[in-house]
Amino acid sequence: MTTDTKAGAPFAASPPLPESGTGTPVPAPPGGARDAAIVTRGLTKRFRGGQVAVDSLDLVVPRGSVFGFLGPNGSGKTTTIRMLLGLVTPTSGTRELLGVPLAEALPSVGALVEGPAFYPYLSGRDNLLRYDAADRTADPRTARERVAAALDRVGLAAAAGKRYRAYSLGMRQRLAIAAALLGPRELLILDEPTNGLDPQGTREVRALIKEIAAEGVTVFVSSHLLAEVEQMCTHAAIMRAGRLVAQGSLAGLRAGEVPRVRVETPDVARAARVLRELGLMDVHAGEGEVTASLEDVAAEHANAELVRAGVAVRGLAVVRPSLEDVFVELTGEGFDVDG
Amino acid sequence: MSTAEARVAPPGAGAVVPVARPFAALRWFRSELGLVFRRPRNLVMLGVLALVPVVVGVALRIAQGEVSAEGGAFAQVTGNGLMLAFGAFAVMLPLFLPLAAAVVAGDSIAGEASRGTLRYLLVTPVSRTRLLVTKFAVIAVYCLAATATVAASASIAATVLFSPDGMTTLSGTVISGWEMIGRLALAALYLGLGLSALGAVGLALSTMTEAPIAAIAATVVLSVAAQILGAIPQLDVISPYLLTSAWSGFDAVLRDPMAVSDLRDGLLVFAAYIVIAGAVAWARFADRDITS
Repeated sequence: MTTDTKAGAPFAASPPLPESGTGTPVPAPPGGARDAAIVTRGLTKRFRGGQVAVDSLDLVVPRGSVFGFLGPNGSGKTTTIRMLLGLVTPTSGTRELLGVPLAEALPSVGALVEGPAFYPYLSGRDNLLRYDAADRTADPRTARERVAAALDRVGLAAAAGKRYRAYSLGMRQRLAIAAALLGPRELLILDEPTNGLDPQGTREVRALIKEIAAEGVTVFVSSHLLAEVEQMCTHAAIMRAGRLVAQGSLAGLRAGEVPRVRVETPDVARAARVLRELGLMDVHAGEGEVTASLEDVAAEHANAELVRAGVAVRGLAVVRPSLEDVFVELTGEGFDVDG
Repeated sequence: MSTAEARVAPPGAGAVVPVARPFAALRWFRSELGLVFRRPRNLVMLGVLALVPVVVGVALRIAQGEVSAEGGAFAQVTGNGLMLAFGAFAVMLPLFLPLAAAVVAGDSIAGEASRGTLRYLLVTPVSRTRLLVTKFAVIAVYCLAATATVAASASIAATVLFSPDGMTTLSGTVISGWEMIGRLALAALYLGLGLSALGAVGLALSTMTEAPIAAIAATVVLSVAAQILGAIPQLDVISPYLLTSAWSGFDAVLRDPMAVSDLRDGLLVFAAYIVIAGAVAWARFADRDITS
């Protein structure tokens, strides 16, 4: 699925983007490309139907980072990845991998794009040997041992001689990761690498990604699983409707989000009014509770004002934002819209 | 993975640009060749191609005497065993041989696209031009293997079933069995190249779809349609430009002296088809968005 399913009116139906006061993380500056594994400038893809799948993407992935590429379905993640890898030609804009022309960069890039793809009637080993044979830079003398090492690394050594047809979904996914690890890599681009894996397999793949990153390989991983990104990644970017709405280090992304206060009270309407008068933004009155973005107001001050106004406060808590809050705020969507 | 670690550049360092290794193109060609020739379906097709001359030969042997009264290439088979091979070519050119070429050619790009392996090949990276050239080379080898299979199977069957010593050419002269084998090899080569030209068309069609069966069917339909057009006397004017008409020129090797100019004309037609189809495939594929 490379197309944006919501392209009819990508923005109209969505809630407005956060006001400037809420501190959307500033997109990384276009400079600094020297230390970047991936740089895109104004990367845009308009498909033949006129539909814009990716719109003016300025992405900077620092070398050595584990970079989470987040976004709901149809937000343009896969199209972006396809453009990065040269499968799809950008309508406009540029992209650079590892600071060299694409054809020179690709041998150092391992990729997993939209799931595994292999010959069903060949064994896992023969499938990897075939991809290795297609790589002009691969040394044929070490092919067998590199294939064996890659299979071993993803835990498929025992199934190496089995036909791909007989592999389970999880094994197929592992084989695709093994294919991405066949040669010496500087950058891994992994599209939903834990798709189809059981919890054990998911943990193993995450550990593997960390291990690879520890060797100095930059890992660019798209995901719709926030928890996954929070566990693995040092940096992240968030896509929405073809646009990049935020990117930066995880800490930086979270810092951009202002903590919220949650007030439990039977007196919802009055509490909401008091909070608004105090200058709190984004006030939501719910069933027996009011939540609001704290902005610069101290929580204890808000509490004092509520009490002074005669609001019965049963409880008051400051809620620190998680990456999920950042995401929901920026994309206007929950995370499990993905199928 | 010590080799991998050794070549991983530290963060911030310039990319170590890997260089192409010598004979890499050959290595990949061999790998692709292995893929086509290990695929059961393709082997079964070769097996069927080998079987047809044997069946025809056995049938003629059984019916010996009854058939010889009639005309055509087969009439001479019983007297001139190797004629069986030429008869087999004539019988298989309308459908069997083009079908074999179409299956391999139509599958070449569309099959990769439908399996999703195309995207992985391209990010390996394999340049698109290199992909087309390698695929065509494999198609050509398969086509040559197909005609060689027919020739070999027919020769063996003829040797076993009939007396293969010396035969009469279409011009009425008699040539030795060995020269006959040489001419048969020439015919197999000529037809192999002719089928490769159809394979080039199939390759071009294969770049236009993600459904291999569609490319295969389209290639077969084109070949059958061309034969129908070639059979309509009113359309004689286009006949020299039809690939399928050039195929039937293989009987030039049966004349004495060989009708070399006919063969040359046929080869020019094949070359023209390969160049044009190759150009179409390249134009269609070089900057196509791969979304499979």
